[in-house]
Amino acid sequence: MTTESPAVPAPPAAPALAGARRAARGRRSSHVVGKGVVNLVLLLIAACFVVPLLWVVLAAFDESAGLSVSWPQPWSLGNFEAVLNTDTTYRPMLNGFILCGGATIITIAASVLAAYPLSRYQSRYKRPFMLTILFTTGLPITAIMVPVYGMFVQVDLIDTYLGTILFMATTSLPISIWLTKNFMDAVPIELEEAAWTDGASPMQALRRIVLPLMWPGMSVVAIYTFIHLWGNFFVPFILLLSNDNLPASVSIFTFFSQYGQVVYGQLAAYSVIYSLPALLLYLVLSRRLGGAFAFGGAVKG
Amino acid sequence: MSTLTVGPGRGGTRRAPAPVALMRGLPLAPAVFLLGAFLAWPVVYCVWAAFTDMALTGASGADFVGFENFTRAFTSAEFHQSVFLTVVFTVLSAIIGQNVLGMVLALLMRSGHRVVRAVVSAIVIGAWVLPEVVAGYLWMALLGDGGSLNEMLGAVGLPPQNWLYTAPILAVSIANVWRGTAFSMLVYSAALSEVPKEIEEAATVDGAGPARRLFSVTLPMVRRSIATNLMLITLQTLSVFGLIWTMTRGGPSNQSATLPIYAYVQAFQFSDLGYGTALALVLLLIGGVFSLIYLRALRLGESMT
Repeated sequence: MTTESPAVPAPPAAPALAGARRAARGRRSSHVVGKGVVNLVLLLIAACFVVPLLWVVLAAFDESAGLSVSWPQPWSLGNFEAVLNTDTTYRPMLNGFILCGGATIITIAASVLAAYPLSRYQSRYKRPFMLTILFTTGLPITAIMVPVYGMFVQVDLIDTYLGTILFMATTSLPISIWLTKNFMDAVPIELEEAAWTDGASPMQALRRIVLPLMWPGMSVVAIYTFIHLWGNFFVPFILLLSNDNLPASVSIFTFFSQYGQVVYGQLAAYSVIYSLPALLLYLVLSRRLGGAFAFGGAVKG
Repeated sequence: MSTLTVGPGRGGTRRAPAPVALMRGLPLAPAVFLLGAFLAWPVVYCVWAAFTDMALTGASGADFVGFENFTRAFTSAEFHQSVFLTVVFTVLSAIIGQNVLGMVLALLMRSGHRVVRAVVSAIVIGAWVLPEVVAGYLWMALLGDGGSLNEMLGAVGLPPQNWLYTAPILAVSIANVWRGTAFSMLVYSAALSEVPKEIEEAATVDGAGPARRLFSVTLPMVRRSIATNLMLITLQTLSVFGLIWTMTRGGPSNQSATLPIYAYVQAFQFSDLGYGTALALVLLLIGGVFSLIYLRALRLGESMT
């Protein structure tokens, strides 16, 4: 990085050239200093971001952890052993996988189906539909939880997986349809026309031709959907009541009320376990995207 | 088959006869059903319930009370406070915090070392991917009574205080900056990567300093991304619930109760669904207005057919 070129003695006959060289050298060295400062500032910001994370990592391995960051003495897996049981970890995690997995599958299936006519056919309803979809992505879901609760009580969907899964799928549907349509638009229609002339129906063409070509994009949408649902606290918090049904995002919250005296080490250990699926899936996602995150048309102003 | 009008090319715009159009629209049915039943209907229900005295308990049903809930809200000091706190929270954490810090990170990343870039983005994005409740706990551990910040303050001889009690809205705002900055950083990184290097270099040759270059060349070129990002993070921040609820539960004495928290408490803890719904409707309307502005900002009219 600091490859300063050796100073070439300037021929006295060309003072102008020498001046230019000096200027170039000056610019380059200030450039190097600038890069150093940039890296330093970046690392400082990153350090500020790391501070809150230190606690969860250290406390998870410290059986006598309090709220403040301290080096575990000794390091132990006791907290993990303590929380790795059916009531605390396994069932809430399984519930989370059922709820978020189910909702993700429904979201993706409904999005792919919906995107097909939106991408392939002309219709006067298409534009208003897409605009409504985009408008909906902006609505604060938090605001409709009260009426959704009221509605779920009336139609007996409260505290059921089915209702919660369907609602969770609906919340992620608008952005998913939007992204899916964009991915589908990128698949050339000529490929399907060939299939149609061979006698395939549009749905067969979708399954055999379009979907296989869209699979990288769709896996991005699926992972993105799952991560978002996995972290969602409010929706299951409102719609699920009995302890046995709660997913990890809500059961982690009961650490405070259930156990009276909070065992912070165990809370930290459980936080780590609960965060892992989202982190791991994000790693998969970022590899697939090669570092850059594709937000699709929604943020590309 | 040959009569199908397909594809993005809209030459001729032959519309299919009604039955065919219906058949073609059929795959939309599951999505339309879900959106109708679980999104459109609750919104309609919200509008209706906001004008009733519906309660969580008691089977007496709900009576129409006109604008009573809204009058109650608009004359209530708690409601004014929650609107004020929502504005403070949104401005501090989204418009200033996430937006500026995200832009700073994206700009610095461009000239940062490859390894530094990878480390910084991994850490910032890590904070974004963590579930909101976990993020809430982390900040509680940092700012709370006996938390790390107080330990550090104590070490340099400053009096410790429970930041979640003395400055709750500031505490949750900082936590939200920590959690949400990655989004802005990613949006801005993508936008900046499309700014042609030549234009900035040309400005340098013309004698523009770094600040001048930034404000007169670089930022104007990504202004549409700035507008859309501001709109999106505003909408996201308006509906933050889990983070605040984990850290403070809206307290102490409602000092961090933004609109979503206040509406939840009124509807579910005080069992006043009618009033809670009216509050939710206000939030929904605010979100709807911002969403409309967002649509306008995207100017989809021209770009989408």
